Amino acid sequence: MKAMDNVRAAREKSRPTGLSYIRGLTTDFMELHGDRRFADDGAIVGGIAAFHGKPVTVIAIEKGTDTKERVRRNFGSAHPEGYRKALRLMKQAEKFGRPVICFVDTSGAYCGIGAEERGQGLAVAENLYEMMALKVPVISILIGEGGSGGALALAAANEVWMLEKAVYSVISPEGCASILYKDAAQAEQAAEDLKLTSEELLRLGVIERIIPEDVPEATIRILDEQLVQGLNEWSKFDGETLAGLRYDRFRRIGAPESL
Amino acid sequence: MLQFKKPRNELEGLLRQVIKQTPAVPDEMFTKCPGCSAAILSEELKENHGVCVRCGHHFPISARERIALLCDAGSFSETERDMENDNPIDFPGYPAKKHQAKQRSSEKEAVITGTASIGGYPCALFVMEGSFMMGSMGSVVGEKITRLFELACDQRLPVIGVTVSGGARMQEGILSLMQMAKTSGAVRRHSDEGLLYIPVLTNPTTGGVTASFAMEGDIILAEPGALIAFAGPRVIEQTTRQKLPGGFQKAEFLLEHGFLDAVVPRGELAETLTRLLRLHVPAERQLRREGDDA
Repeated sequence: MKAMDNVRAAREKSRPTGLSYIRGLTTDFMELHGDRRFADDGAIVGGIAAFHGKPVTVIAIEKGTDTKERVRRNFGSAHPEGYRKALRLMKQAEKFGRPVICFVDTSGAYCGIGAEERGQGLAVAENLYEMMALKVPVISILIGEGGSGGALALAAANEVWMLEKAVYSVISPEGCASILYKDAAQAEQAAEDLKLTSEELLRLGVIERIIPEDVPEATIRILDEQLVQGLNEWSKFDGETLAGLRYDRFRRIGAPESL
Repeated sequence: MLQFKKPRNELEGLLRQVIKQTPAVPDEMFTKCPGCSAAILSEELKENHGVCVRCGHHFPISARERIALLCDAGSFSETERDMENDNPIDFPGYPAKKHQAKQRSSEKEAVITGTASIGGYPCALFVMEGSFMMGSMGSVVGEKITRLFELACDQRLPVIGVTVSGGARMQEGILSLMQMAKTSGAVRRHSDEGLLYIPVLTNPTTGGVTASFAMEGDIILAEPGALIAFAGPRVIEQTTRQKLPGGFQKAEFLLEHGFLDAVVPRGELAETLTRLLRLHVPAERQLRREGDDA
């Protein structure tokens, strides 16, 4: 089945991770650490960089490329401090008037005792609350897995793009199968039913663009062109308009006219 | 090796089935309280708004009962009463499941919205209905709550919101997830207007609702013992293989960890909300009130 093939491709260990897009697309990247409250979460990488000579804030969920790094980055499942670091950097971008580019690749926000104790729900909620009113352009690109609230917390953007084989879903196909079909083996069917492929999500109006992926270098080149064009377009608007258009974007989704 | 086994009780399975089928506040004469295990008179439980008279355990109550409990008599005026949707991502079995939920809850969706007054103070109010697909948030729930916040902006009303939810509704896939951003945007606009929002979290409030409008209030209240979580206890135990500490993710635990302003027993909720609304009456109306008194 097609949908599950995309899920597998999105999770493929050899797939380029967040940092490779930051490095491939920007120059002068300076990583900035920490949420100023509790810790520095390795699952989220962020900082400032130059994109075609102009400053941008870049934030990526990073899964890591070898076992040691994957463990250090908690396999790209962020704790509340990760989301709080991302928010700090977005507010910083707002202060200095530079656009924000997010690269999203996570199976989900981490589900653990520490994460709950430190307010995982609140951390996601605060990101949504702040992002919906952010006065600079935000473009989020799903590069691999878009796992529910943990992905959305970096994707309340003016535009959301997806790599062709990325997936974006309210729950993993396995989770959905075990809860609704009482059988994790039915993940293939659940993947189909959840409409989580880039093609379906474009049709549903949840994303604006699909970035074709054949060879990684070509993907970077296409992404570069699209980002130049996208950022130019969005940079024309003042802060209030940007926040207003972002509100309208989400306001449309699931409004009765479209039901 | 000899193994001792608990003697098999033929009735056990049957009993479990019966207990499972028992509604939270059943019509039978007695209800067993999960808090203190006592059999309490159902009549008494109902009169006490689903709070155990012995141990204070909070049973779930319906959204309509909640509205009756909180609002001044006859003040509630429902909005978007008939809003429903179909099957936006053609999810197998969704229409049937929704049909069941409608029959069980006698509601059309998992949230009721409207305007009301509490202790004489006007407000906009949403109350989620836990018996409708576990209070899950799909497009209609997101839309109704968003419209309520927009209405509250137009009419300059505070919003009170009672949450009970299993989170985003799987059967509407990504569209459910998007409601988290949509409702958050609406809460933000309302807040930017300088208006008050008080969520009241009841058992259980989890997932996408916790990760959006439930946690975005100016003042966040919760009922005693309510489970409030991003990931539920079962998911955490499965993910981490760790045993969870006692009381983990209960309202009292969240209060202790700084995520709630107060845990308020159901019987004191209307009075508490009245006091908070009174303390947030806009200056121009305050003057008018004083004028009225004089």
